[in-house]
Amino acid sequence: MIKNNEQTTTINFGPQHPAAHGVLRLIVELNGEVVERADPHIGLLHRGTEKLIEYKTYLQAIPYFDRLDYVSPMCQEHAFALATEQLLKIKIPERAKYIRVIFAEITRILNHLLNIPAYAADIGAVTPFLWCFEEREKLLEFHEAVSGARFHAAYFRPGGVHQDMPDGLEDKIHDYMEKFPKFIDDLETLLTENRILRQRSVDIGILSIEEAKLWGCTGPILRASGLAWDLRRSQPYDAYDQVEFDVPIGTKGDCYDRYLIRIEEMRQSALIVNQCLSKIKKGDVMVNDNKISPPKRSQMKKSMEALIHHFKLFTEGYRVEPGETYCAVEAPKGEFGVYLVSDGSSKPYRCKLRAPGFAHLQALDFLSKGHLMADIPAILGSLDIVFGEIDR
Amino acid sequence: MSEIFDLEKYITDQLKDCSINTSISNNNLFLKCNKRDLINVINFLKNDKKTSFSQLIDITAVDHINNDKRFEVIYILLSIEFNYRIIIKIFISEDESVPSISDIYKSSNWYERECYDLFGIIFTNHPDLRRIMMDYNFVGHPLRKDFPLTGHTEVRYDDLQKKVIYETVKLDQDYRNFDFTSPWEGFKDNLNEMKKIQKADNDKK
Repeated sequence: MIKNNEQTTTINFGPQHPAAHGVLRLIVELNGEVVERADPHIGLLHRGTEKLIEYKTYLQAIPYFDRLDYVSPMCQEHAFALATEQLLKIKIPERAKYIRVIFAEITRILNHLLNIPAYAADIGAVTPFLWCFEEREKLLEFHEAVSGARFHAAYFRPGGVHQDMPDGLEDKIHDYMEKFPKFIDDLETLLTENRILRQRSVDIGILSIEEAKLWGCTGPILRASGLAWDLRRSQPYDAYDQVEFDVPIGTKGDCYDRYLIRIEEMRQSALIVNQCLSKIKKGDVMVNDNKISPPKRSQMKKSMEALIHHFKLFTEGYRVEPGETYCAVEAPKGEFGVYLVSDGSSKPYRCKLRAPGFAHLQALDFLSKGHLMADIPAILGSLDIVFGEIDR
Repeated sequence: MSEIFDLEKYITDQLKDCSINTSISNNNLFLKCNKRDLINVINFLKNDKKTSFSQLIDITAVDHINNDKRFEVIYILLSIEFNYRIIIKIFISEDESVPSISDIYKSSNWYERECYDLFGIIFTNHPDLRRIMMDYNFVGHPLRKDFPLTGHTEVRYDDLQKKVIYETVKLDQDYRNFDFTSPWEGFKDNLNEMKKIQKADNDKK
């Protein structure tokens, strides 16, 4: 044992390292160049979101969700909106459901368009970064068109979405999604058959189905291991039961499979968006309940009651019946869940955020054991780590 | 929806020896059990062929500061095979500890560490119970309800000492947490309650 200890070197990786995807500090024990143990030290980006939410009304809590996983903001608002709606026992209008699905899928594409080039950059490719960021910029314009913000949208709210899509946006999104598969084809010519990418990712960080389940892996990681589990399919929320899509699965569960799954998910997302656009009808985008949704500005000019409602909604907020619920959505990174406890006041009593990346990062020690030090950035990249959601 | 009732019935039948209490609300199945039954219940739910809750989604806690049994520890399990979720709850007082389930689910390691860090709940037999979110030398457990939102210490870089220093938080103004409780009816049931109260008042007159 002592001899073994003498052979290992302990090195510190991060927290300021370009391949650490943010502020990950990793204590790695190496035997030569082989990893024996990787101990992630997280929490450098801990902002106390859960504590802060306990001091905010339900509406004020929404923007915190954009700041968790900052590359897929809308999916997280989605989970909170669903949980709050469940406690409020309200049903949202049909159009709002479709808009939510459209933007959840645009967000999924946005997320994968960041993860794939970042992963490629970690293992030696630079061009995909430039290509994907151009596409991301176009998609972020859609975010901006509906919410006014590129990232911190605060667009999905309990009761529906903040405002309707502007005129002509449906056509723009449709046109974009028609062209988008061509872009993925181009991207794939750079990466999929690329020798360097394959050498760095095939058979690296293999996760079997059983291990993936035990480590709490969800989303693309679990699907890459070969299990067709997708909350959009198995526990559909909003309009996901109205659309058809395939759930891609991997065969080996290595880094390369995880890359392929994300590529295919982008294609499926584009299909889902177009199906939604063909099915969406005109209508309300927010529940028609004065006690939950704020009145229109035009009403406030004429109606005293609307003015009072507006004032009360933005000071006290609406009260939510006592109760507790767990609501999960298929965020781009995996299962993002909100465990919400209400005590009947206008502020959540407890709001636990279940971040998929937290479970995935925990598996890093298991995944990197026996691999070379240089494989750690590859595994990290393939796990899609974003510290905003892990540290919360 | 009927499946969840079948599951509830099956679990209550199978776990007669343990004192458990199930309920369904908001489409979620809740199971309350004793601390000493926890390991048995979770082992059963994971290994039984008809439930097979193969995935531990999360462990968290809620601080009910005014109760004797102050902390409510919550385990969220997912059965991928049958598409069920179950939420297990145990209630413990401040000086009690909870048995760790890291032997059953590997993922519980960090979840329990987080729970320990933010609530101060001790998990016995945990392989590595360290802080995970907070700073290395942090004092206190921030998600407890008696921990102030502003915290106790703040850090800054001190130019004279050429290092980062810790100081107690100084606020020019106390943190103001407004209490908006008002007779304004927030949701429908409240409205009915108001009417009942008014009616009762009228009856008295």
